[in-house]
Amino acid sequence: MSMEQDKTGASPPEVAAAGGDPPAPPPAKPAPPDKAEPPRAPRLVVSTSPHVHRDQDVPRIMRSVVWALVPGILVGLWFFGLAALQVYAIAVAGCLLFEWAFRRMLGRPGTLGDWSAVVTGLLLAMNLPAGSPWWLVVVGCLAAIVLGKQIYGGLGYNPFNPALVARVVLLVSFPVQMTTWPAQGGPLTVDATTAATPLGAIREALSVGQTVPQAMAGADFPVWKLLVGMRGGCLGEVSVIALLLGGLFLLRKGHIKWQVPVGFIATVFLFTGAAWLGDPERYANPLYHTFSGGLFLGAFFMATDMVTSPVTRRGMFIFAVGCGLITVIIRLWGGYPEGVSFAILLMNAATPLIDRYTKPQVFGAKRKLYEEAKAA
Amino acid sequence: MKFKGGIHPQYNKGTAALPVEEMPLGARYVVPLAQHLGAPGKPVVAKGDRVGRGQPLSEPGGFVSVAVHAPTSGKVTAVKELPHPLGLEMTAVEIEADGEDAWWEGVQPRGAWREMDPAALRDALRDAGLVGMGGATFPTHVKLSPPKDKPIGTFILNGAECEPYLTSDHRVMLEQPREVMEGVGLFMKVLGVTKAYVGVEANKADALDALKAACPPDLDVAFALLEVKYPQGSEKQLIYALTGRTVPAGGLPMDVGCLVQNVGTAVAAYEAIAKGWPLIQRVTTVTGAAIRQPKNLRLRVGTPLGDVLAFCGGLTEDVAKVVYGGPMMGIAQFSLDVPIIKGTSGVLCLPDAEVVQYLADACIRCGACVDACPMGLLPSTLGVLCERDRWEDLEDFNVADCIECGSCAFCCPAYRPLVQLIKRGKAELRRIQKMRQQGAA
Repeated sequence: MSMEQDKTGASPPEVAAAGGDPPAPPPAKPAPPDKAEPPRAPRLVVSTSPHVHRDQDVPRIMRSVVWALVPGILVGLWFFGLAALQVYAIAVAGCLLFEWAFRRMLGRPGTLGDWSAVVTGLLLAMNLPAGSPWWLVVVGCLAAIVLGKQIYGGLGYNPFNPALVARVVLLVSFPVQMTTWPAQGGPLTVDATTAATPLGAIREALSVGQTVPQAMAGADFPVWKLLVGMRGGCLGEVSVIALLLGGLFLLRKGHIKWQVPVGFIATVFLFTGAAWLGDPERYANPLYHTFSGGLFLGAFFMATDMVTSPVTRRGMFIFAVGCGLITVIIRLWGGYPEGVSFAILLMNAATPLIDRYTKPQVFGAKRKLYEEAKAA
Repeated sequence: MKFKGGIHPQYNKGTAALPVEEMPLGARYVVPLAQHLGAPGKPVVAKGDRVGRGQPLSEPGGFVSVAVHAPTSGKVTAVKELPHPLGLEMTAVEIEADGEDAWWEGVQPRGAWREMDPAALRDALRDAGLVGMGGATFPTHVKLSPPKDKPIGTFILNGAECEPYLTSDHRVMLEQPREVMEGVGLFMKVLGVTKAYVGVEANKADALDALKAACPPDLDVAFALLEVKYPQGSEKQLIYALTGRTVPAGGLPMDVGCLVQNVGTAVAAYEAIAKGWPLIQRVTTVTGAAIRQPKNLRLRVGTPLGDVLAFCGGLTEDVAKVVYGGPMMGIAQFSLDVPIIKGTSGVLCLPDAEVVQYLADACIRCGACVDACPMGLLPSTLGVLCERDRWEDLEDFNVADCIECGSCAFCCPAYRPLVQLIKRGKAELRRIQKMRQQGAA
């Protein structure tokens, strides 16, 4: 939905054409306009204030997000090779195609220029296993763009993060393909064998009666490997360092607020830490939880999605803590080894409610301050 | 203290170094009867009358109303509907100047303000047609008449001039610091207050120094450099920054014992008493990339805009917008036939390349407007509610507290016309509330 801002029909070229000469400046006394030949008045644009605008728009924000994703993407390509490249290419192309086709079908103006479909495509790919078959990716694109976004009206109107809608649709529809993790084959190649994800390995071990320390001894996931990204998992989630780099860039740019990633990650760390202190046989240590799975990808790039998260800082923090809590509950006691996607989607659903209860303090609304001031 | 929210636009104060120039006398003046908030005045002259400079052309149409005065001597050629800067045609007095610029005999010095009675000072200011010259044009004598239960303890001089491009207040502070400070003393006398603050944004430290040096020794004035941030000059934000007091939502500065006046108003008040001059001239910044010679001008109220632009070398060919006031809250003009009025702090001429014309997108809920809103509102939500005609829900989101400063629309990456939407919403809500009241009665 869009509306025209300026009420005059004067488009820039017309203004230039009709601009005409300003009143010829006679040196001392300007002639009254009703005498002689009145100078042609320029055509003026009339609109409400403000008449200036910050140097910022939606495509620019989206392009910044793309740049911020680059380190994570590169690490994915390094560890998973051409298979990863294929997934990225299909995901981005697919999202652009569906965005274009669906808008066209509805007779709505095209929106490829806002770059949001590219961001969705990249994030979708980052949430898929490296070896995903092409059709899986295409179905994902369809789910993300059409089901996740355009049926609501497009960017800005979608209640849920489109890429996560797609991931969950795929996860429940194609559980086998979505949990087959190719092993990292070394630089730029992917192994034919499969490997467990760090969280999957623990879940597996617990289900056969092993304790967490036993599972961790067998799995060989030291923290440094998790930080670098040497582990099984989705394409874009493996390297904590690369994601952090991109996340810090977005923080610096002001496109994401620290309340979301910090609230999310800290909640996961503290909650899993408490569980671990309570029973280290049953629960993995908090560092392991923090650096594995999709937590960093989710906390910096998915939970921060502007459209589907609260607008106030306080709301963002509550939202993030909720994401963290649900993630941990699913990881520790739920049916899936990983819960970041579900957690974010559930909190997306809670966003309007959070917004309602975290309205900022209106200037001067505090009764007490006023009384104090009067006394002073 | 620093207020929450606000923005940092490009200031573009290139005219700050240009001394105020006197605009030569023109041939024709148009003085609208409504140049203030409140009831328009009633004309007291008719076509064919000869008037002297400073002669009243109207009488106030009520308590919240002031007269307008002849900017120069000459003949009244018409009292009729003429284009007004607010975008309508309104009754105005047209005067053909006789070139003599002779004062009306009624213009006489009123005396020394230090020796005058507060009530007499207030009446003299009313008769001089004084209004707030920062742009809001609220009649000064009304502001100076607080109800008995709201005593004013603090006078504040607003020298923030936070609007980009405008430099008229800056120049006045530099060039007429004594008049400004005498004006401050005069206001303090009227109100019977002993303490005053002068607040100037930190990018005009020279102006603050000038005022400090010109401050009469008998006045207790605190001088403060303020953070450079828009809207620092907004009353509530300014009071908070200077005194730490928070004007209650829906309240006025007098609720926290403060009264704020603009720099230009202080000079006009001093001149109205010391010289007896009614408000017939002001300093206006004519600027922007579409005017050939930007200037700070001392203008007669009623000077046709076309004359002013011509005196500044004329508009460039690519002019696309002419704004009365600054770029954040100024009013875009339909026509160049409008006159300069008492509240015209600037004339901003923007070329085609700097005029943003756009199609608004859907809100992406980025929260930039929430961070920017100095009033602690949710402009994004207000905008969406207005878009969907949910007028009554606006009440829950405190729409009435919006000061229309434009910070939200300035930083919206989806280019949503938030101020426009909210202004409409306020009007619709007021209409509904009025209907409700009538229904209840």
